[in-house]
Amino acid sequence: MANATTDTVSAGTPMLSRSQWSLVLVAVAIVLSIFQWSGILPAWLHRIPETAIPNFAGWLDAIFGFIKDDMGLLTLTRFLTEGLEWLLDASGNIFFGKRRWPNIGPIPWTAMAAVAAVIGYYLGGWKLALLGGGTMVWTALIGQWSIAMQTMSVLAIAAPLAFVIGLSVGIAAWRYTWVDFVIKPILSVLQTLPFFTYLLPAVIFFKVGPTAGAVATTIYAIPPMILMTSLGLQKVSPEVIEAGKMSGCSKFQMLRHVYIPSARTEILVGVNQVIMLCLAMVVLTAFIGMPGLGAKLLAMMGSFKLGRSFEIGVTIVLLAVMLDRMSKAWVVKQPEHFERGTPFWKRHQMLLFGAALFVGFTLLSLVMPLAAEIGRGQHFSQGKELDNLIKGFLDIEAVKATTGFLRAFLNVQILIPFRNFMLSIPTPAFIMLVVAFALALAGRKQAIYALIFFSLVAFSGWWDRSVITLYSVISAVTLAALLGLPIAVLAARSEKWSVRMLLVCDTAQTFPSFVYLIPAIMLFGITDIAVIFSILIFAMVPLIRYTIEGLRTVPPEMTEAADMAGATRMQKLVNVQIPLALPTMAVGFNQAIMFAFFMVIIAAFIGTQDLGQELQRTLAGTDLGKNFVLGICVALMALTFDLTIMKWTADKKRALGLQ
Amino acid sequence: MKKITTALAAGAMALTPFAVLAEDSSDPIVIPIHNWSSQIVMSNVVGQILEQRGNNVEYVTTDSQAVYESVRLGDVTMELEVWEGAFGASFRAAQEKGGIVDVGDHDAVTREDWWYPMWTKDACPGLPDWKALNDCAAVFATPETGGKGRYLDGPVDWLKHGQERVAALDMDFVVINAGSAAALWAEIGAAEADKKPVVVFNWTPNFAEAVWPGEFVEFPPHEEGCDKDPAVGINPDALYDCGNPATGYLKKAAWEGMEAKWPAAYGVLEKISFTNPQIAQMAKLVDIDEMEPDEAAEAWLAENKDVWESWIQ
Repeated sequence: MANATTDTVSAGTPMLSRSQWSLVLVAVAIVLSIFQWSGILPAWLHRIPETAIPNFAGWLDAIFGFIKDDMGLLTLTRFLTEGLEWLLDASGNIFFGKRRWPNIGPIPWTAMAAVAAVIGYYLGGWKLALLGGGTMVWTALIGQWSIAMQTMSVLAIAAPLAFVIGLSVGIAAWRYTWVDFVIKPILSVLQTLPFFTYLLPAVIFFKVGPTAGAVATTIYAIPPMILMTSLGLQKVSPEVIEAGKMSGCSKFQMLRHVYIPSARTEILVGVNQVIMLCLAMVVLTAFIGMPGLGAKLLAMMGSFKLGRSFEIGVTIVLLAVMLDRMSKAWVVKQPEHFERGTPFWKRHQMLLFGAALFVGFTLLSLVMPLAAEIGRGQHFSQGKELDNLIKGFLDIEAVKATTGFLRAFLNVQILIPFRNFMLSIPTPAFIMLVVAFALALAGRKQAIYALIFFSLVAFSGWWDRSVITLYSVISAVTLAALLGLPIAVLAARSEKWSVRMLLVCDTAQTFPSFVYLIPAIMLFGITDIAVIFSILIFAMVPLIRYTIEGLRTVPPEMTEAADMAGATRMQKLVNVQIPLALPTMAVGFNQAIMFAFFMVIIAAFIGTQDLGQELQRTLAGTDLGKNFVLGICVALMALTFDLTIMKWTADKKRALGLQ
Repeated sequence: MKKITTALAAGAMALTPFAVLAEDSSDPIVIPIHNWSSQIVMSNVVGQILEQRGNNVEYVTTDSQAVYESVRLGDVTMELEVWEGAFGASFRAAQEKGGIVDVGDHDAVTREDWWYPMWTKDACPGLPDWKALNDCAAVFATPETGGKGRYLDGPVDWLKHGQERVAALDMDFVVINAGSAAALWAEIGAAEADKKPVVVFNWTPNFAEAVWPGEFVEFPPHEEGCDKDPAVGINPDALYDCGNPATGYLKKAAWEGMEAKWPAAYGVLEKISFTNPQIAQMAKLVDIDEMEPDEAAEAWLAENKDVWESWIQ
C-alpha cells in the first residue's frame, strides 16, 4: 500500500485541495480493484499475507496473563468480588428474598407498587403515578415479579456504583487536565467497544453470576456519567463561582455547595443515561450469569416460546420507560423551598405518605398472602395465545409472498452481490476509499486516523470478517435511511405525530433486540436479510429521532421567510428545512451507524460470518487476547466513522451559524 | 465472612476427630443453569434433592461452554449435563487444566446429528437413509443456494463439521450455520406452517421431539477414528465420512474441591442417574405443560419418589 500512495504523491502536485486529494485516492483504489478483477494484482497486494500478520492476540494474552497472575490483579478483583457479592446478597434479600443478611425481604409487590406510584406522583403528577404503579402491577400480574426483582436487585447496586464512579472520574477530569486528556480516548473506545468484549474479562475477574453481571453493567454505564459531569461543571457560570469564593468556601465546600448544585441538570441527565444503559444490558449480561428477566428471556427463546419472550420484552420496556420518565421529571423538577418554620410533616408530606402506604401494604400482605406474592396459578400470561398470533401472522399469504420476494430479489440480486463486491476490493484500495471519505468529509486529521485505524484492522488478521461486518452495517444504515427519513419528515410536520413517533422510537430502543431476532428468522430464514432487518429496526431509531428534532428546531424566522417568498411545502422542505436540519440529522446518522455496529454483533445469534460470530465464539472460552483484538477491530471501524461524521457536523453547524 | 465460617467449620472438625463422618459445609452448593429446559429442570430436581437432605443450594445462570472454566475455579460446584458431542471438548480441556472431576454418566444416551421433522418425509420418501436424502437435495433448495440443498448446521462454536461431512460424502448440500439454538427452532417453526421440507442439526433428549416429531438421518455408522484417520469410513481420503455416535454419553462433572467440602452431597451426586424418558418428561413439564422450572421439579420429584429416594439413603 505504501508503494501505491507514494506513487500518487509524486504524480500529483502539492497544490491539490482536499477534495481533489480524495478523488485521486478513489481513482487509485479503482485502478487497484480493476487490476484485482482482471487477475493481474499480486496476491500480497490484495490481502496482507498471513505471515505478515503480527500475533496481537498472543501478545495480549501474555500481557493479560502477567497482569492477572503475576501482578496479582486477580487476587485484588476476587477480593472486591467478595464485597460486591455481599452488597448483591443484601439487595437480593430485600428485593426477592434471597436467604441472606438482613433476612427481611422480599418486599411485597403491593408495597413496591404503591411506593412507585407515590414517587411518580411526587415527580410528575398523576400520569407518572399511573406509569410507576401500573408497571409494577403489570409485572406482578403477568407472573414475572420475582424475576423482575432479581434484575432490579442487581441494577439497584450497579446503577449507583456507575453513578458514584462516573461522578468522581468526571470531577477529576474537570479538575485535572491530564485526567481529561487520558480519559477522553478511553471513553471513545469504551463507547464503541462491542459489549461481548466487556463480558469475558468480567467473568474472569469477577466470577460468573450476578457479580460479573453487575460489573459489566457498571462499566458499560459509566462513560456518559463522566462526560455529563465534566460538561456540567465546565458550564458553571463565573458569577456563581465568584459568589462562592466571596463567602469563603473551602475547596470541598465549593464543590459540594457551588459546583455540583449548579451542574445539577447535566448530572441528572447523566443519571438518566446511566439508568437507560443499565437496562440495555439486562439481556446481554444474562450470558455471564446475571439472573432475572434476561436469563428467563434467553431460556424462553431457547425453547421457542415467542409469546412469553415478548411479554418479558414488554416488561423491560415498561421498566425502562418508567425509570426514564421519572428521572427526566427529576431533571426538570426544581428543588422545593419552604418558609422557615414549616413543620416537618408538611415539608415531607410525600415521603410520609409513601412510607405510610408501604407499611400499610406490608402489614396487609401479612394477613393476605396474595398481596405479598402472586403465585403462578394466578398470573395472566398470554404466552400461548401470543405464540399463535405471531405464527398466524407469519402464515398470511401476503406476508409470505412479500418475504419470499424480498428474499429472492433483495438478498440474491442486491445484498449478496454487494457483499462479494466489497470482499473483492483489495485491502489497500479499501483503506484508500475510507481515507478518501474521511478526507473529503472531515479533514486531514480524520483522514490520518482513518488510515491508522483501518491499517490496524488489516493487520489484525480479521480483515474479511471486518469487511463483512462493515457490509452489514452499511446495507442496514442505507436501508434504514431510505425507510426512516420519509417517516421522520412526515412525522415532523405536526407536533402530535412527532410525539407519537418519538414514543415508538423509545420503545424500539429499549425493547430487547433478541426478541425480534426470532421473527426476523421466521420471516427471512437464516440469511443476510434477517441480519440486516434486525439491525435496521435498531438503526432507524436515532435516524428518525434526530431528523424530527432537526426539522422541528429549524428557526421559525427561516421558515417564515420561505413562506413569504412563496415557497411550496416541498420547496420549503428541500431548500430550507433539510439543509438547516442536516447537521442534526448527521448526528442521527452517526448514531445509527454506532447502533448498527452494536446490533451487528448481536445478530451473530441469527448466524453471520462476521466479527460477531468470532466474538460469540470467544465467549465460550478463555481467549481474552482474541476477544480483545476482535472487539478493538469493531471499535476502530466505528470510531473512524464517528470522528469523521462528528467533525463534518461541527464544521457544517459553524458554517450555518447554528452554534 | 465466608472464610470465617469455613475456618470455624474446619476448627470444629479438627476438635472432634472421631465425629461420625465429615459434615457438609453450610456454604451454598452452586448449580449452573443453562438455556434449555431439560437442564434447567434437572438442575432444580437435583437442587431440591440436596436441599431436602439439608444442603444450601443456589442456582446461577451461565453459558453452557464457559461453565467448565467456572467449575474449575470452584465458582460453580457441579454440572449435570455434559453432552459428549457438544461439551466433550470443553470438558476435556478443563480436565487437562485441572480442577474438575468426572462424577460418572447418566443412564441416558445422547445423539446429535442431521435431523428432519416428519413432514419432510412426504417430499423425500427414501429417508432416513442419507443417500436418499442426497438424491432429493433439490427439495431442500432455497433462493440463495442455487440448485443445491440447504442444511442448517448448529452454531460454528459447536464444531459439528457439517461442511466436512458434505465434502467427504460428496453431497449436493450447502451448509449454513445458525447462530444459536433459538435460530434453529425459528427455522423449523417457520417451515412448519406450510410443511416445507427442511433438514437441520438437532439432538436428543430435547424438547423439540415433543413439539415436532422427527427422525435423524442415518449416515454411515460412526466408527472410532473416523474424525482422525482418513482411512476409516467409506471415503478413504477424507475425515468425517460417518455419522455422529448414536449413543453419546451424558456425564456429571464437579469441582475438585466438592468431595472435601460437601462429602455427603458429593456421594448423592455420584449416585444420581437419569434416563432418556425421565429427562424428556422433565422437559415436557416446562415446554408443553408451561410450568415454571422449580414447580416442574417439585412435580417430577413427587411423581418419581421411587427413582430418587434411594439416592439419599
